[in-house]
Order: sequence, then C-alpha cells, then structure tokens
Amino acid sequence: MHNERINIDLEANKSAVAYSIPIGPTHPALKEPIRFSFELDGERIVGVDIKPGFAHRGIEYMGMRRNLIQTLYLSERICGICSISHPLAFTMAVEHAAGIEVPPRAQAIRTIIGELERIHSHILWAGVGAHELGFDTLLHLTWNVREKVMDLLESLTGNRVDYAIPIISGVRRDIPEEKVHLAAEALDYYKRLLQDLIDAFLHDKSVEMRTKNVGVLTYDEAIALCAIGPTARASGVKKDVRQDWPYYGFADMEVRAITPEDFGREPVGDVYDNIIVRVLEVAQSIEIIERCLETMPSGELMSIPKIPALLAALKKAEGEGIGRHEAPRGEVFHYIRLEADVEEPVAWKVRAPTYGNLMAWVPKFLGDEIADIPIIAASIDPCMCCMDRMHFVSRDGDQSTRLKEELVRLSREKTRRICG
Amino acid sequence: MIFATLFKQLVRRPATNPFPVKYMPRSVTGLLGKVAAGKASIHPPIPAPVDLRGKIAYDAEKCIGCQLCVRVCPAKVIEFLPEEKKIRMYVARCTFCAQCVDACPVDALATTPDFLLADTDRFSENLIVQAAPGAAAAAAPEEE
Repeated sequence: MHNERINIDLEANKSAVAYSIPIGPTHPALKEPIRFSFELDGERIVGVDIKPGFAHRGIEYMGMRRNLIQTLYLSERICGICSISHPLAFTMAVEHAAGIEVPPRAQAIRTIIGELERIHSHILWAGVGAHELGFDTLLHLTWNVREKVMDLLESLTGNRVDYAIPIISGVRRDIPEEKVHLAAEALDYYKRLLQDLIDAFLHDKSVEMRTKNVGVLTYDEAIALCAIGPTARASGVKKDVRQDWPYYGFADMEVRAITPEDFGREPVGDVYDNIIVRVLEVAQSIEIIERCLETMPSGELMSIPKIPALLAALKKAEGEGIGRHEAPRGEVFHYIRLEADVEEPVAWKVRAPTYGNLMAWVPKFLGDEIADIPIIAASIDPCMCCMDRMHFVSRDGDQSTRLKEELVRLSREKTRRICG
Repeated sequence: MIFATLFKQLVRRPATNPFPVKYMPRSVTGLLGKVAAGKASIHPPIPAPVDLRGKIAYDAEKCIGCQLCVRVCPAKVIEFLPEEKKIRMYVARCTFCAQCVDACPVDALATTPDFLLADTDRFSENLIVQAAPGAAAAAAPEEE
C-alpha cells in the first residue's frame, strides 16, 4: 500500500494533471531554501518533487580552517533555533575523538540547557503551526508564553540565542544556587500552562478539523524513509536518541520515546499526531530538567579548565569521533577526524535533523490540497525562513506569482469553510 | 478556554515592553536634550539580566599581549598590534560568545551589559575597542 503512495505513476496520470506548481527555492513555510514542484489534479496534490541544495554555506569547510574552539562557535551558528543541539553533538564528537571525559556536573548542565531549548523550540513550532492554520491569536499567545523560557535561557547563559555554554571538556557557566529558583519558577509556570496548551491545540474543534488525517505519514513509510525525531514518533515509531543511545544526564533518566499513544490515540502520522508529540514532549522536558536540578552532581565544570592546556590537548589528539544528540527536530549527527599536530579538524561532517525528514514530505503531501501545503510543510518543523512569495506556473505558459499572503488566505478560507 | 484567555487580555497590561516614547518625536536629539535637562521623561530601558554577555571591555594596562584571545576568537574580531603588543577589537563582527574573556590569563577582558550597539558605520568609535580612546582605525579587519 505504502509503495503505491510513494511511487505514484505520473506518466499514467498525465491527462489528469492540469498544473505543476513550483514552491521555493525560498518560501516562508520552509526551513531552508528548498524547491518543491507539485503536480496537481485540480486541488489535489498527485506528485511532488523536492530539490534541496540552495543554502550551502560551506560551514564544514570553514570549520576545517579554524581551530576546534573556534569551530565550536561556528557549529552553534548552523541553526539559530537548535543553537545548543549542534554544539552538543560537536563537543561529543570531539571528546570522543580526543578521549576527553566530561565531569558529571557539566553533563547535567548540558542536559538542562538542551531540554530548555526543546521547550522553546516546540512552543515556537506550535505558534507557527497555529499561524499556518490562520489562528494568529494563538500564535501570539504561544509566543508570549515562550518568552519565559527565553528569559530563563538568557539569565542562565548570558545570551538569548546562541548560548555559548558547552565547551570541549565541559561547560563554561555553572547554574549557581541563586539561579536554580529562576529555573524552578519557569518550570512551574509551564506545568500550569500545559493543560492550556493541550486545550488550545488538541481539544480545539477547528484545529482537529484542519489537522486530522492531513499530511499522513504511516508507520511503514516512516520506517522506509528513515524519518527521525517527532516526525517519526508521530507515526508511532518509538525512536529517540535519548532512549536508544543514552548520553549525558539521560542515562539515569530512562527517557521514553513519546508517541500519540501516550495521549490515547492510535498513531496515524498526521499533523494532529505531530502536535500531540510536541506538546507532550514539553511535559517530558520539564520532568527531565526537574530531575536534573534535583540530582545535580557537584564538582568541577571542565576537565581541562585552562584554555592553553585545552588547545594543546586538542592539538595532540588523533582519531575520529561521532556525536549524536536528540535535537527538537530529531537526531543531529556530527562526525569529526583529528590528526596530531594539526589544530584544525581534518574532516567534519554534520547531518542536521531536517535532512532525515526531507523525504517524509513526499507521502505527507500526496493526496492533500493546496491549502494544506503550509501546514504540512511546517509539520516536520523546518525553521521558518525569510521569504514571502511563491510561483504558480501553469502548463499552458501562463505565469503568475502568488504572494505568501494569498496562500495563507487560502488556508484560512478552508478553515472557515469547513467550520461553517 | 481560549475565549477566557482572550477576555483576560482586555484587562491585562501588554506583554511587550513599551517603547521609550509613545509617538515618534519631531526631533530625537531635541527630546534627548529635554530628558537630560529633566523637562521630559521616557520609559526606562528594561534592565539587562545579570551576567549578560554584551560588549567586551578591554583593560589595556593589564594586557600582556599573549594573543590567546586572538587564537580563540571564532569571528576573528581581534587584531593584534605588534608594535604596542596590544589588541584592537572590531565589535561589529563580535558574536558575543565571550570566549576571549574566558581565555584571557590576566583578566584584561570583561563582559559588560552594554548591548545597544546598532550603528550605521561599522568602524564608528563605539564599535572599536582598543587601548587609546578615540582614533578609530582606518583599516578594515582582514577579510577571510
């Protein structure tokens, strides 16, 4: 069944295909510049082709011309929202290659900041999803509550984004006693808020009508296409790096992959299931941070605290290492190779979570309508970028440009139509 | 439930921070002059959190010219001046990771809560940190 859905025969359907719509390379519903070509039969999507490769910044090459401490901050800038996930995977890879131990307290702090980032990222995603459906009120309410965790991150790390907290061999800043109450206060705030989030997103009639059975990725498709992160978990695949390959503080936590079953729903893999997984993961992150704060081990923050000593140790190091971290969007993977007497990494490879979920878009789009494109594109949580229009090109050569606003209007009209 | 939240919004204060003034003044410098003279008031800025990583302060007296900060700076903000054995920082390039502050062996560098650094000229006096005040550098930092 699933194979037929993926390999839809375009040639056979040619007479029925009236339009081909390219979306991208730059478009607001997309994380990075990427190009979609949709084949349409009336309103229904019968084919989709994805062309990535417009956002190559050569970051890996730049990293190979800098020493490892400089490269660490470069890795932070691969993604603005996952701005702790990449450094965590990077430091893990370098520590693996160089055989450096991380003190337990540093591991706990890395876990806490990583989970705080998951809270802010999932709440940000919920707001974006609401916006795509036409609920701008909900967007502003969600982003308002997100400020609490942003403020907490700012007071814990000194930066609102790009926290610059992990460093090879440990972390750079402690969470002192006087700041623990700030964290506890924010966590209490989100615990109180959780029921509101569930009510606003999961028990709302309009959201249910727009997201249930829209953008379906079945269990088999998720396995076949190697989907990762919340996208795979929404299809019922119990896959989570924190569960399967525990690292840092997660080893003691027995983290369990969250699937829609935890909400009492048989996993379908639609957009609604994506919302369930992300909202429940906010609750899971709160739990993990609370346990980390309770059981925070004491001790030093860095196993090699002096920067010259650290640079010297890294220069001597030789070998390869990998780092894996469960970012808010799925598994992020870093590979690094070091050679003795070379300050720069000899090889550095990054696989960001969206890459793993790209192909999941294909079965998600097939069979749905044009007005569903924004919410389905957003459902795998690609970062919103800075572009505001798309092209509709019909087969007979008639070209027109549709602004993003028009697409959002179509989406809103559909909400209004089906809600009466 | 969302309606309850929306009705509460009616009586709640806005979540956003107020601008310094409600309307654009005819002359910004005129208004600032009045504020300085105590004739007008503006909304005070929101206090920056403790330990914010803002603009880096440089104490040239303490600096020993070891160049450790130059080595760790990811954005290549810091230029070494070999004659004086001091450094010059181009703040326009700075990413505010404060790794140089951690690396400095003599505590010549420190973070400040100063974050309002927008400027039309990336070599303006405010955006160059160096030993002697003033005398903005004419030379651009070395390109990649």
